[in-house]
Amino acid sequence: MRRDSEEPSGNPLRDPQDRRLPRIAGPCGLVIFGVTGDLSRKKLMPAVYDLANRGLLPPGFALVGFARRDWADQDFAQVVHESVKEHARTPFREETWKQLAEGFRFVQGDFDDDVAFDTLRKTIAELDVARGTSGNHAFYLSVPPKFFPNVVQQLKEHGLADSQGGAWRRVVIEKPFGHDLASAQELNRIVDEVFPTGSVFRIDHYLGKETVQNILALRFANQLFEPIWNANYVDHVQITMAEDVGIGGRAGYYDGIGAARDVIQNHLLQLLALTAMEEPVSFEAHALRTEKQKILSAVTLPDDLDLHSARGRYGAGWQGGIHVPGYLQEEGITRTSTTETFAALRVDVETRRWAGVPFYLRTGKRLGRRVTEIAVMFKRAPHLPFTSTATEELGANALVVRVQPDEGVTVRFGSKVPGTAMEVRDVTMDFAYGESFTESSPEAYERLILDVLLGDPPLFPRHEEVELSWQILDPVIEHWETLGAPETYAAGTWGPPSADEMLARDGRTWRRP
Amino acid sequence: MTTIDLTDTSASAVSSALINARRAAGNQAVGMVLTFVVVVDEATHYDAMRSALDAGREHPSRVLVVITRPGRGPARLDAEIRVADSRPGDTIVLRLFGELAKHADSVVLPLLLPDTPVAVWWPSKAPPVPGEDRLGVLAQRRITDSAASSQPIRALHQRAVSYQPGDTDLAWTRLTPWRALLAAALDQMPGATVTAATVEAERSNPSAEILGSWLGGRLGVEVTRRASSGPGITLVQMTTSGGPNIAPGDVVLSRPDGILAQLDLPGGPIRPVALRRRETAELLAEELRRLDPDDVYATVIKGCAPTERSA
Repeated sequence: MRRDSEEPSGNPLRDPQDRRLPRIAGPCGLVIFGVTGDLSRKKLMPAVYDLANRGLLPPGFALVGFARRDWADQDFAQVVHESVKEHARTPFREETWKQLAEGFRFVQGDFDDDVAFDTLRKTIAELDVARGTSGNHAFYLSVPPKFFPNVVQQLKEHGLADSQGGAWRRVVIEKPFGHDLASAQELNRIVDEVFPTGSVFRIDHYLGKETVQNILALRFANQLFEPIWNANYVDHVQITMAEDVGIGGRAGYYDGIGAARDVIQNHLLQLLALTAMEEPVSFEAHALRTEKQKILSAVTLPDDLDLHSARGRYGAGWQGGIHVPGYLQEEGITRTSTTETFAALRVDVETRRWAGVPFYLRTGKRLGRRVTEIAVMFKRAPHLPFTSTATEELGANALVVRVQPDEGVTVRFGSKVPGTAMEVRDVTMDFAYGESFTESSPEAYERLILDVLLGDPPLFPRHEEVELSWQILDPVIEHWETLGAPETYAAGTWGPPSADEMLARDGRTWRRP
Repeated sequence: MTTIDLTDTSASAVSSALINARRAAGNQAVGMVLTFVVVVDEATHYDAMRSALDAGREHPSRVLVVITRPGRGPARLDAEIRVADSRPGDTIVLRLFGELAKHADSVVLPLLLPDTPVAVWWPSKAPPVPGEDRLGVLAQRRITDSAASSQPIRALHQRAVSYQPGDTDLAWTRLTPWRALLAAALDQMPGATVTAATVEAERSNPSAEILGSWLGGRLGVEVTRRASSGPGITLVQMTTSGGPNIAPGDVVLSRPDGILAQLDLPGGPIRPVALRRRETAELLAEELRRLDPDDVYATVIKGCAPTERSA
C-alpha cells in the first residue's frame, strides 16, 4: 500500500489531489551481484526494463552488473537485451532501451577480490558524474546466502556502504534469511553492522504480488468480511503453497533445507500474518509491521508435533501424464538424504479473535498442481431448517484468496439445485483478477524494485519478523530431525497419508485446491 | 467470438440475446467493472471501438458503441452483439436511425451493467455541454478529446466553460508523462524557485494550452508559449533561481521527434528519456483507472477559458 501522506516536499508541481502523477524514483543506480544468475536474467532485468517502460525510472538510471564472467559493458548490454526481449512483460521499445542502455556497466570479479570492488567504487563514482546518479545506489545481492557476509563486508571496506550528504545506499537481500534462528540473527548482525536498519530490504517476492496486497484491501476496505473474520464464524484456515515441479537443478540449494525452511518460514507465515492480523492504524510501514509482529508472536505450536505435523518426500510417479523421478533419484541427492519436500503443520494463534481456530499450513513439491491459496473455512450454519437429505451435499462456506495462478477470490456457499425438491448444493462465486483488472498486472519484482528505489518499505519483512518466524519453526525442524527419513508420497498426489491423518484427528479434511 | 446481428430491434431484445450468447459460450458476465459508452459516427467507429476494446484489457467492460444515423427514415435500432471467448466483457454496436438518433439514452439505459460506473467517450465530436448531454448524464466519467476536433483550441475553450465534475479531456491525459517528469525534476531541487517557464509546441495544440495553465497555476509564473513544427509538445523549460544547495539554471525537457526526449538539469549531465506519444487505448486505460471527478483537471481547464484577447 502506498503511503497517502507524502512528505512535504515543497515541490509546487506536487499536489496530493493529483493522483495521476506517479512517483518516479530520484536519480539512482542499481548494482546486481550475481547478475548472470537465473533470477537476474528472468526477473530482475526484465523488471527494470518494465519499470522504465512505464516511465517510473529516473532519467539517467544506472544498472551495474557484478559477476565472475569476463565481459565488457557491451557484452553485458547484450545479455540484458536478450533477457528483456525474452522475459519482459511490456513490449520492447527502442526509445526505452536507449534511455537505459547508456547506464549499463559491468564489473568483473570474485566476491573476495579487492581490485574488483575498487573498480566497482570507481564505476559508481563515474556514473554519478556521467549519468547524474547523485551517489544513490542500491546493492542487490542475488547470490547464495553463504556469500552475503563476504559481499557486505567488501561493500563496507571499500566505502560503498557509506552515504554522503543526502544520498542513500541500500542493500537488498533475497531469502533464505538464514536456516534457523541463530543463523538468521548472525546474518542480521552482519548486515546491520554495515547498513542501518532502514536501508536493508529483505525481498520476499510473494509480498509484492497484487493478490497478497489485496488481502489487506479485502479485509480492511470492506464492511462485508471483517465482522465474520474471527473465531465466532471461522472454523479453521488452510494456507497452501503447492508446486508441481520437483527440485530441478537446485539440489545443492534444496537438500538439507527442505520445504519448511524454504516456504513455511517466509511465505506461509507472512500470509498467515496478513490473514490473521488486526487492522493496522495506517498503511505506513511501521504500522503494518507492528500488527504482523503481534500476530507472529502469538503463534503457538501444538504440544505433540507428531500428531499435528506431517512431512513427506516425493517418490517416482506419474504427474500430469509424465513419468517423473523421485526425490532420491534427482541428480545430486544422496540416498541417505532426510530432507522433506512436503511439510504440513498446525499452528494456533493465541488471540481473542482466533482462539480455537487452527491454521493449517502446507507446502510441497511435485503435488497435484501449482497453486497458492488461503482458504478461510467457515463453521456450518448452527441450524438448518431443511431435512438432512436436502443438505447432504452442502459443505461449509469458504472464502478463498487465490494467490497464484489465476489470482482472485472465490466464495463458496450453498444454493438450491433447480428442480422441484429442495436440495442444497455448494456453488462458488468468483472474482478473477485477470478478468476484472489488468491483463498484465505488474510483476512482483517491479513493485519491489521500485519500492527499494523510492525507499518505501511496507512490503519488506524486517529482521524482527524473520527472527519471529524462525522462533516458530525451529522446534518443528529440530523435532523432525530426530525422525529419520520422511514418508514417501507419489509424485502428482496431494502429499503423504500422514498429512490427511493429521487433519482427520481434528475432524477436518484438506481442501483440494 | 460469437457475433449476433439483430435488425429493427429493441433494447430488451438485445439484452436477452446477449444473455443467450453468454450462456451458449459458457461464460458469464462476471468481472466486468464498468460500462463504456462510445459515441461515434459510422466513419470512425472501427478505430474507436478497437481502442475501447484494448483499454478493456485493463478494465473489463461492456462496450456500447452508439452510432447515430439521423435522417428522414423511420426510427429503427440495429444491433450487433459480440461476445469474445478470449477477452472479458462484451461489445454491442448500436445503430440508431431516424428519430431514434435523438433518444440514444432510451436504448443505452437498459443495457448498462447494474451498480457499476458508466463512462462515456466522444472520440471526435463532443456535445457542447457533455454534463448535460442525454448520454452524458448517465455517466460518472465523460471523456472528450479536443485534439480530435476540427478546431482544437475552440473545442478546448468550450470544455473550459462547460466543465462539470466528471468531465475530462484526452488532451489532459496525454500530458501525464510530461508532468511526471517535470515534477520529478523539481523533486531533485528542493527549495529551488521557478521564476519563468516556457512551453513550445506545434500550433493549435490543446495539450500545450493545458500544460501552460497547469504550470502557470502551480508555479505562479507567466508561461511563455512558443510555436514549433511539432509533433505535439516539443519543449518545456523552467528557469530556476536556485536554492540553498542548488545552482540556478534551467530545467529543460525537450522532445523533438515525439519519441525520445532529453532532460537537462542544472549541474547534471543531459539524460535521454523515453517519452513516446501514447496510443489512444493507453490514454483511455489511464482515464478509466479513476472514475471520481478529477479536481486537478477542474482547476487547470478553468485556466484555459477564453480570455477577451483570444475570444
